[in-house]
Amino acid sequence: MPPIVSVRNLTKTYASGFQALKGVSLDIAQGEIIALLGPNGAGKTTLISTICGIVQPTSGTVTVGGHDVVRDYRAARALVGLVPQEISLESFERVINTVRFSRGLFGKPRDDAYLEKILSDLSLLDKKDSKIMTLSGGMKRRVLIAKALSHQPRVLFLDEPTAGVDVELRKDMWAVVASLKAAGVTIILTTHYIEEAEAIADRVGVINKGEILLVQDKAELMAQMGRKELHIQLGAPVAAIPAVLAPYALALGKGGESLIYTYDTKAERTGITALLSDLREAGLTMTDLATRQSSLEDIFVGLVKERA
Amino acid sequence: MNTQGVIAIYRQEMARFFRTIMESLISPVISTSLYFVVFGAAIGNRIDTVEGVSYGAFIVPGLIMLTVMTQSVSNASFGIYFPKFVGAIYEILSAPVSYFEIVLGYVGAAATKSFIIALVILATAYAFVDLPIAHPLAMVLFLVLTCVSFSLMGFIIGIWAGDFQQLQLIPLLILTPLIFLGGSFYSISMLPDIWQTIALFNPVVYLISGFRWAFFGAADVPVGVSLLAIAGFTALCMGVVWWIFRTGWRIRQ
Ligand SMILES: Nc1ncnc2c1ncn2[C@@H]1O[C@H](COP(=O)(O)OP(=O)(O)OP(=O)(O)O)[C@@H](O)[C@H]1O
Ligand SMILES: [Mg+2]
Repeated sequence: MPPIVSVRNLTKTYASGFQALKGVSLDIAQGEIIALLGPNGAGKTTLISTICGIVQPTSGTVTVGGHDVVRDYRAARALVGLVPQEISLESFERVINTVRFSRGLFGKPRDDAYLEKILSDLSLLDKKDSKIMTLSGGMKRRVLIAKALSHQPRVLFLDEPTAGVDVELRKDMWAVVASLKAAGVTIILTTHYIEEAEAIADRVGVINKGEILLVQDKAELMAQMGRKELHIQLGAPVAAIPAVLAPYALALGKGGESLIYTYDTKAERTGITALLSDLREAGLTMTDLATRQSSLEDIFVGLVKERA
Repeated sequence: MNTQGVIAIYRQEMARFFRTIMESLISPVISTSLYFVVFGAAIGNRIDTVEGVSYGAFIVPGLIMLTVMTQSVSNASFGIYFPKFVGAIYEILSAPVSYFEIVLGYVGAAATKSFIIALVILATAYAFVDLPIAHPLAMVLFLVLTCVSFSLMGFIIGIWAGDFQQLQLIPLLILTPLIFLGGSFYSISMLPDIWQTIALFNPVVYLISGFRWAFFGAADVPVGVSLLAIAGFTALCMGVVWWIFRTGWRIRQ
């Protein structure tokens, strides 16, 4: 199946002369959820805005559903919904009217039953006739999502959808995203919350300074680059790491009550067996063992630092 | 053609109008009535008739034009500037609507508002004076063209403006003087010769003159010239709008 979104050698130089995108290429498969991670100013919003038609590309091509976003903009944009990073709403409008407006703007005939279903999924139904200015920040963000969904897009862009949203609501949104995915909608989200990418994305792209550093299957990425830590709880605290254990490059835990061993899960030998027998040799007793997998965050910070 | 999209924009803009129905309608009615009191009663007592028309009736076309021009510009400029200001423009830019459709929605709504206001003022005027309309069709044509062209101009100003101050700047510095000096309250034939010549460089003179002709059958400049002037102005504004969209000037980064 051809990719639903295809970005080829995309560059963007703003009028100020600043180059925000430096030759980005990216294919997004139909029905997947891809998370774009990157520090502030990496170019995430610029990339999304270019795909959606808000920013004109300087060079390169973008297609959505096979339609060029510049030449065949009508067909391309009809497939796309966008939830912008900033809350950009007209405060005097009522919720239902602004959602109706979005649907009409995308050329769809009025369908209030469908719109009410969306509002209900986003727990906004009781606010349907409220003026936007009377809503809380989190509710406004959900209005933006409702607007983007109002015209049944095949591709949904969420530019930091959960910024400034509490944990409860974030979970709700993830549920909405999951049900959209089940309905076959392709979702591209940007986020600063690594746990968000970890929780819902199929693939993760890392972008920094206008370049894509990597795009990879999330599980693969974590398995490949993942490091694990083995936490060994000691029977009695030690003041220093015994010399015999030096080859393992252990770290001493708080109060000398534990030892931390970092190993590579993809290595042929993790060295755990040898470590454990050497521990006994050194006369140490263990009361507990625990392992911890490094998160995407560790990977991400490592990547950005490494290439900086 | 994305008809639904045009309707959506049009309705949203008209909703803004009806949301502020007080300011939208009542204020032009009140100010028109005030003009009647001030100019019609106070000055009208001294100026009996102008070109055979009572002064009270004479100023009606000019008053309507005055209001239509300022309202068209302010409504249309605000209509497009506001979404730009709050960022809601992102949705228009990412929607499958063509530039033509965007203009149709925004300018269409602004022109409709002005047209409604013009009718309300006309109705108000009948409460004060007897008003013949010699050429009703021409009257409507001039009115529509003025509503449309000045709404286009407002649209351009709204796109150009970078802040609220700039939004007020052109109407204040250029438009208001042109309109007031354009013969809203007098016939330019009442001016000294030299000023008559200068007045002919003011495009608003042609519009007001043509509109007044539609009422009274008499005009400062030949009605054909008036028609040409308003058509030319409309074409000019359309050209500028077309250029703005073609280049993405101040809209798409
Ligand atoms: N209109 C503009 N004119 C000039 N430079 C811009 C413009 N918009 C963005 N930039 C610059 O382009 C770069 C990328 O911005 P962008 O908004 O795409 O970053 P981002 O990855 O979305 O960041 P964040 O995580 O903070 O949202 C930044 O350095 C920004 O200053
Ligand atoms: Mg951003």
